[in-house]
Amino acid sequence: MAEFIAYLIAGLATGAIYALAAIGFTLVWQTSQTINFAQGEFVMLPAILILALVKLAGAPFWLAAVLGVALFIALFGWGFKITIVDPMIRHGVLPLAIATMALAIIMKEGAKDGFSAEAQSFPSLLPAQTLSFMGISISLQHIAIIVVACVAIGGLQWFVTRTRTGRQMQAAAQNPGVALILGIPVARMVMLTFLINAGLAALASVLISPIYLAKFSNGEVIGLFAFIAAIVGGFNQVRGALAGGLIVGVIDSLAAAYVSTSYRLAVPLVLLVIIILVKPEGLFGRKEERRV
Amino acid sequence: MDRRMFVAAAAVLCLSPAMAQEKVKLVNVVELSGAGATAGTNWKNGIDIAVAEINAKGGILGRQIEIVHYDTQTNPGNTRAAVQRAIDEGTYAVLGPVFSGPIGASMQISQRAEIAQIVGGEAAGLTKQGNPYLFRTSLSQSAAMPKIAAYLQNDVKAKTVAVVWVNNDFGKGGRDAILPELEKRGIKVVADVSTEQGQADFASDAIKVKNANADAVFVYLNEEESARFLRAAKQQGVDKPMVGETTLLGAKVIELAGEAANGVKGHVGLSIDAPVPAFQEFGKKFQQRFNYASDHNGLKGYMAVYMVKWATEKQKKFDKKGLADTLRGARITPKDEPGIMIETKIEQNGDLDRESFLAEVVAGKQVIKQTLPMINP
Repeated sequence: MAEFIAYLIAGLATGAIYALAAIGFTLVWQTSQTINFAQGEFVMLPAILILALVKLAGAPFWLAAVLGVALFIALFGWGFKITIVDPMIRHGVLPLAIATMALAIIMKEGAKDGFSAEAQSFPSLLPAQTLSFMGISISLQHIAIIVVACVAIGGLQWFVTRTRTGRQMQAAAQNPGVALILGIPVARMVMLTFLINAGLAALASVLISPIYLAKFSNGEVIGLFAFIAAIVGGFNQVRGALAGGLIVGVIDSLAAAYVSTSYRLAVPLVLLVIIILVKPEGLFGRKEERRV
Repeated sequence: MDRRMFVAAAAVLCLSPAMAQEKVKLVNVVELSGAGATAGTNWKNGIDIAVAEINAKGGILGRQIEIVHYDTQTNPGNTRAAVQRAIDEGTYAVLGPVFSGPIGASMQISQRAEIAQIVGGEAAGLTKQGNPYLFRTSLSQSAAMPKIAAYLQNDVKAKTVAVVWVNNDFGKGGRDAILPELEKRGIKVVADVSTEQGQADFASDAIKVKNANADAVFVYLNEEESARFLRAAKQQGVDKPMVGETTLLGAKVIELAGEAANGVKGHVGLSIDAPVPAFQEFGKKFQQRFNYASDHNGLKGYMAVYMVKWATEKQKKFDKKGLADTLRGARITPKDEPGIMIETKIEQNGDLDRESFLAEVVAGKQVIKQTLPMINP
C-alpha cells in the first residue's frame, strides 16, 4: 500500500504540471476556439530564458527568474496574441492552429540553436528531501509541486468565478458579441486570458525543470500529455483541465510502475480514445453545439 | 610565354585538384542534438581540439585536416544518411557516432566502402559482427562489466542488486553483459528496471528501486537520463550505493545531478581526473576552450583523430583501406604518438584494451580511487 501511495503522489505531482499546461489549452480554446499546439513549448521556454539570463547576462538566479518570466509573459502572452492569434484568427481556426505548430518548431529549434542542445540543470526552490509519514516516504518537491499548482489553479478558478474581471472574461469567452454590447472590454479580457496562460506556463516550467532538467525538447512530452489531459477533463472547463491533468499524471505513473516503462505513453493514449468514444466532451466538459 | 599566359597558367595551377588535395577531409557523424547531444557535443569538441593541435603542427604528412561535423539528431536513419554522405564526399575516415544504436545502423556502409569508422560506442555486440573497419575509442562492455561486478562483490560487498538500464542498444548490451557476471559471483538481481531513452520522469523507477531494498543499485543509462534518475532517487530517499560505468560518473552527469551525484561509484574507462598527466592536460585545454569540464567522450573524440594520425604516419600514405589495416591489431603507446595519451591495444575485432579506473564522486568531483590494469597486456 505504501508503494502504491508513493506512485500516486509522484503521479499527482506530474499531473499537476500537466494540469497547468492543460489549462492553457482550455483558455486559448475558450477565447479563440483553436488549439495552441505550441503549449508544450510554452512550458519548456521560460526555464531556458531564465538560464540564458543567468549564464549569458550573469544575472543572479532570483533576478533572472523575475525577468525571464516577465519577458516570457510579454513575448508569449501579449506578443503571441498580437503577432499570431489576431492576424491568423481572421482566416479561421485551422490556419491559426497550423501557425501554432510552426511556432512550436521555431521555439524548439530557437532554444536549441540559441541556447543549447544539451540538458541543463535548473535550481530547485526546495531541497530534494523526503518526508516520512506512516511508513510512506514522500518527496518534498512533489508535495510542493502539487500544493503550488493547486493553489495557482484554485486562485484562477476563484478569480474567474468570483471577481468582476473574471466574470467579464467568462462573458467575453462565451459570447463576445453580447459581451461587447454589455460594455465589457472584450479585447482586453481576451488579452488577459493570454497573459494568464503565459503565466501558468511559466509557473509549470519553473516547477518541472528541476526534475526534467531544462531542455529544448521538453515541450514534446509535456505538450502531448497536457493535450490528452485537456481532452480527458473537458476542453472547455478549467476544472476539467485540472482533473484531466491529475488523472493522466497518475495513470502515467501507475503504468510505468505496474505495466511497463515502454508502454507508459500508450496507456494515457488508450484513455484518450476511450474518452473520445464514450464521453467526447470530456469528464467535466460541457457539450457544445455550433452552427456550420 | 607572355606575361598574361603566365598569370593564367598560375591561376589554373592554384585551382587545380593537386592544390585542393593539400587537405585531408575527415567527417564526424555525431549526435549534436536529441538524446545523445551531451555525449556527441563532448566528442565533437574533443575532435576539434585534436584537429587544431595537429594542424598547428603542420597536419598529417604535411596535409592540413579539414573537419566536417554532421548532426545525426541521435537518429539511426539520419546517421546512415550522414555516413553515406561522408563517404560520397570523400572522407578519409568516418569519425563517430557515439551512441551504439546509430553505430549498429550505419557501420555496414563504411564497411562496404572499406573505410575505417572510429566510434565512441560501448555496446558489446558492435564488434561481434565481424566488421574489420570498425574501431572503438573506449572499452567494450564485455571488458568493463566483469570489473564492475568484481567491484560490487569485493568493495561494495553487495549480495543483492537492483539493475536500472536504458532500453536501447547501449543499455541492453550493458544489461546482458552484467547479469551473467553478477550471477557468476552469486549476486542476486532483485529488481530489473527498464527505462526509455530520452525519458524525463524517473519517479516511478526510483520508487521501484527503493522498494526492492537491494544492497546496491547498478545504473546503466545515458548521461542525461543518469542525472535525472539520480535526482529522482534522491527525491525518493534511495540511500543505497549507486554503482555504474563511465556514463554515470561523467562530468556532465555530475553537473546536472548536482548533490544527487555525490557518493556515486563505479568503473571509468577514461577520465580527465585520472592519474595520467596527458588526460589532465587535455582536461585543462578543454576547459579553457569550451568553458566546461570534458567527460570521457571528449577524450574519446580527441583520441579518434590521433588514431587516424598515428596510422597514417605509420603507413606513410593516405590509403583509406590501409588505414584500417594499420589500426587492426596495433599497439599505440604515448611514446609513438603523444596524442593517444595512454598505451592502447587495438584487438583484431576493433575492441580496445588499456588501463581503466575505479572512481567515486566526492563533493561534486570525480575522484579516482584505483587504477585497474589492462586485461591482456
